[in-house]
Amino acid sequence: MPPAESVRKWFLQVEGLPIVAVLLILVIAFMIAAPEVFLGYRIYMSFLATVPPLLVLAVALTLVIAAGEIDLSFPSVIALAGWVLGYFIHDLGLPWIGFVLALVSGALVGYVNGILIARVGIPSIIATLATQFLWGGLTTVLSQGLSYSLGDVDQFLLWRLLVGRIGPFPVQALWALAVAAALWLVLNRRRFGEHLLFIGDNARVAEVVGVNVKREKIRMFVLMGVMAAFASVLLTLENKNFFNTQGGGYLLEVMAAVFIGGTSVFGGKASVVGTVAGSFIIGMVEAGLVATGLQGFWVRAVVGIVFLAAVVGHLVIEEPERGRASLRILLGKLAPERKTPP
Amino acid sequence: MAKPTRHATQADPTAQDWRHIVRLSKVDMTFGRVQALSQVDFEVGRNEIVGLVGDNGAGKSTLIKIVSGVLRPTAGKVWVRDRPIDLDDYSVRMAHELRIETVHQGQSLGEKQPLWRNLFVGRQITGRFGFIDVKKEREVADHLLRQAIGFRGHGISADSTVRDLSGGERQGIAIARAMYFQADLIVLDEPTTALAVSEVRKVLNFVEGVKAGGRACIYIEHNLAHVHEVADRLVLLDRGKVAVEFAKGEISLADLTNQMIALHEGHGRAPG
Repeated sequence: MPPAESVRKWFLQVEGLPIVAVLLILVIAFMIAAPEVFLGYRIYMSFLATVPPLLVLAVALTLVIAAGEIDLSFPSVIALAGWVLGYFIHDLGLPWIGFVLALVSGALVGYVNGILIARVGIPSIIATLATQFLWGGLTTVLSQGLSYSLGDVDQFLLWRLLVGRIGPFPVQALWALAVAAALWLVLNRRRFGEHLLFIGDNARVAEVVGVNVKREKIRMFVLMGVMAAFASVLLTLENKNFFNTQGGGYLLEVMAAVFIGGTSVFGGKASVVGTVAGSFIIGMVEAGLVATGLQGFWVRAVVGIVFLAAVVGHLVIEEPERGRASLRILLGKLAPERKTPP
Repeated sequence: MAKPTRHATQADPTAQDWRHIVRLSKVDMTFGRVQALSQVDFEVGRNEIVGLVGDNGAGKSTLIKIVSGVLRPTAGKVWVRDRPIDLDDYSVRMAHELRIETVHQGQSLGEKQPLWRNLFVGRQITGRFGFIDVKKEREVADHLLRQAIGFRGHGISADSTVRDLSGGERQGIAIARAMYFQADLIVLDEPTTALAVSEVRKVLNFVEGVKAGGRACIYIEHNLAHVHEVADRLVLLDRGKVAVEFAKGEISLADLTNQMIALHEGHGRAPG
């Protein structure tokens, strides 16, 4: 085996290693570009406070994409579950009941998605686009377009347990990592997770080897709904505020985190570790660029570049032939002097 | 391994006093307006190799999908080991519990999944808390690859993915899976399609091994020479019906071929 090949093999054996390496390179780059910010601990504590909702969403969506499906409706779960929690805290002073019902609302949204997709047979991209409007609209009606300010929510035990601080350390980071660890186990060590991988690989094969495809899909969308609701609870409590468009910015960021992490857009292959690293990359780029003195306008463009580089990178590492071919095409298109003369 | 459920008692796989591993009576199958099977009677004896032949669309795959629990027939009855099956309960998992294993046409493996997952999906080895025992599954898979399939020195391990394998190797994995779970009935749906000549020989040897091991097999095959060679009985399906059956030696390969052509040309004549 040539050395390059064995390095490639080793690199692939550890789940998510390439993208974790990208994350570390990014951190080092920011440390060099903005040492006064990135050599202190504060910025990292700030990331650990803001990244968890994104991380929880992205890890859950990883399972959905592993099964070859998509969920576009989670931004409206962030709104709906946030409203349920906000209403019960703000109007009734019942944080725990609000917490449980917020999760239940997420489960219901997921269940409806699952029924529409698995039983009725609507493609997930269409079904969840529709329910995204439905539940988002319903939340606007329920909240009458108003927001809740939850300024004194930090007196509740629920707040301290979910988003409190241990010294400077935000507790929600532990919850997010617990969710990531649990869903890693679900995907890689539970029958349910294996079934999702086979469904994403080839639903017909899954059926003939004895997977109950419809039931597993419904369970998967319920799980996604509950996790989106949990992310919403973390977000709402951390912000001490509910507003009815609070899920809006998450859709593209979460999908970017999943795909940067190396999960296959075609299904059947997914990396939870990669998604965790991807979430931190997405969560870090904005603060990092602003700290290095670049204008905020650059954020999206840089995310786009990292996104593209990661996707091509995964292709090159995992399928060298196809990866090299796509690199040739990309470089060929970008370098007009390489055109063959007529 | 999967816990035996109440289903398994319906047609106890350990029972001894049975003649037919599987029997279908007056089975209908319709997909919308298409009648894929009509009034099909079909049975497989304890140690019988049944060759299922017929043109494309004759209903061969539909028939074996009913046997293997993938499809539920529109009407009719099914017995396994001479005991009636409640078709509302019948599924791939139940077929597995009743030791009926199927190697489906083309694909019955997950391309991007490692071999150890492919061998055990649907009946994973799980530990006390329901977690998959990956170490055990890998061990058994590695053992199977080396012993049963003889993949020594191919650089193929339990962690290889299916897409690294050739067509014959894939078929070998699918068949090894059926062997490992000690099927009493092995259903092979066109296992030699897209195989090299040497690999075809392996599949035919395998079918003969099934016979020698006292098990039964339903063997669907396009290539009449293959199926004529190994089958104890040939069942010829035509447009969703059993057209004719032959015991081994009742018909020569040439006559069988002519019969098939005659049926095929019959389709071209006046309908009805």
